Amino acid sequence: MSTTKAWDVTRVRRDFPILATQAHGKPLVYLDNGATSQKPQSVIDAVSHYYESGNANVHRGVYALSESATAAYEGTRAKVARFLNAREDREIIYVRGTTEAINLVASSFGRLKVKAGDEILVSAMEHHSNIVPWQMLAEQTGAGLKVIPMNERGELKLDEYQKLLTPKVRIVAVTHISNSLGTINPIKEMVKLAHAKGVPVLVDGAQGAPHVVVDVRDLDCDFYTVSGHKMFGPTGVGVLYGKAAHLEAMPPYQGGGDMIRSVTFAKTTYAPIPAKFEAGTPDIGGVVGLGAAVDYLGALDRTAAAAYEQDLLEHATKQLGTVPGLRIVGTAAHKASVISFVLDGIHAHDVGTIVDQAGVAIRTGHHCTQPVMEFFNVPATARASFVFYNTRDEVDILVEALKGVRKVFG
Amino acid sequence: MADLSELYQQTIVEHNRSPRNFKTLEHPTHHAEGNNPLCGDQISLQLTVDGGVIKEVGFQGSGCAISRASASLMTSAVMGKSPADAERLFRAFHDMVAGGDAAPADPATLGKLAAFSGVKQFPARVKCANLAWHTLHAALQADQTPISTE
Repeated sequence: MSTTKAWDVTRVRRDFPILATQAHGKPLVYLDNGATSQKPQSVIDAVSHYYESGNANVHRGVYALSESATAAYEGTRAKVARFLNAREDREIIYVRGTTEAINLVASSFGRLKVKAGDEILVSAMEHHSNIVPWQMLAEQTGAGLKVIPMNERGELKLDEYQKLLTPKVRIVAVTHISNSLGTINPIKEMVKLAHAKGVPVLVDGAQGAPHVVVDVRDLDCDFYTVSGHKMFGPTGVGVLYGKAAHLEAMPPYQGGGDMIRSVTFAKTTYAPIPAKFEAGTPDIGGVVGLGAAVDYLGALDRTAAAAYEQDLLEHATKQLGTVPGLRIVGTAAHKASVISFVLDGIHAHDVGTIVDQAGVAIRTGHHCTQPVMEFFNVPATARASFVFYNTRDEVDILVEALKGVRKVFG
Repeated sequence: MADLSELYQQTIVEHNRSPRNFKTLEHPTHHAEGNNPLCGDQISLQLTVDGGVIKEVGFQGSGCAISRASASLMTSAVMGKSPADAERLFRAFHDMVAGGDAAPADPATLGKLAAFSGVKQFPARVKCANLAWHTLHAALQADQTPISTE
């Protein structure tokens, strides 16, 4: 337990004003971090300060305010590059979130590399946002979509993966951490196996960035996607990391202002990266907030935070096991602090409504992973997802509330 | 503050445990599928309408307690009624669970369906209560495209 003592959760909780609020007259127990995380005061302040005293459009004005907005916007790009350990700032593309990042790659890289008869490889545990854009690409090009299977614990079968890495495969798209099962995938090894066959890899990092330290150079992935709002930043902003060589070769995703070098009615030449992929006025306020979130995470002891989350996961797994009729869905050996479960004979939606009355916010439904629900033969699950500001006491409140669910059904 | 016992009233709990008319009909004249993609609720509804009267109703499917009890109570409520009367009952039920400005329905009209009066305090669950009724409406309109409450 020495690892958890190093983590001062009381102090950390004070950074997040919403954690002191109530739901249904009870202290809020927020366990839906997989859907979106709460925001520290520093992020909230950065966004309001930007609108109070820093607002101007970027890359346009010659006046002081526009220059300072541009500096904040580009300054965040440098922070994010360091946060992900990218080689260069220009490998960081601002997008709305992971969904847009994947759509960008599927559309642009897809147009460049994928043709009829080729194959795209995704995994059995992907979020719909890492399935549907590839399906759309497959439909447009006549390529095939293949699926890396998983076992009953919710771990990808690497031997099957290797067999699927045929010369037809043009890209692998796989999640770092499963949003519905909590599985942490062996990304570094999967990238190595793909690269041995000359296949690039996109990693969906929506759940990865909040829980683990991401080093894109160590992973050696070709693309990594991040949603700002899941890593304590604002909604509406996210990041696509891509190796510069790929991004330079890829055609633009959207056309418009800011992404051009010169425009005539006869021909347009495009700006270099990253501007080539950032058409139109971006979410500058959101980017400023994202910068504050990266600063916030950078000031934390992330090793201690990760150890603390593993302790919460262990405690929650054990305590949930004491609830009669409860079954955990997703029992991988290597998991983040995300627990999906079902209660025998009681639908997840009833569970969610009932624990909400105790102030506990959990997610219920299919978590945008319908193929995962089908694999485990459940219509829906309840999901508690913890981060470093949650406590053992909150786990216990959830467990008590779950024990009360059966009483409602007499 | 919303009270759980108003949502999960005894009648609802009982119909969830032992749903009525949870069966497949041999020769239905009308049928429809309904689903609630966000929740994963799904229902398959069959009807036999004969001589302008709903003679038999059966449903199958899976879902939360609210959607299952609602389907069960609905099948009992519309049996023996004309399709037009069943549609009127749907409107009264919908007004009750959706709340809003509509005048509260006469308890005599709704009978046991009044057990769903607590749903209006739980806006996220209104679609669960309405799913079976939307599916009934689709079946009676002979609209055979699957119904979604999203």
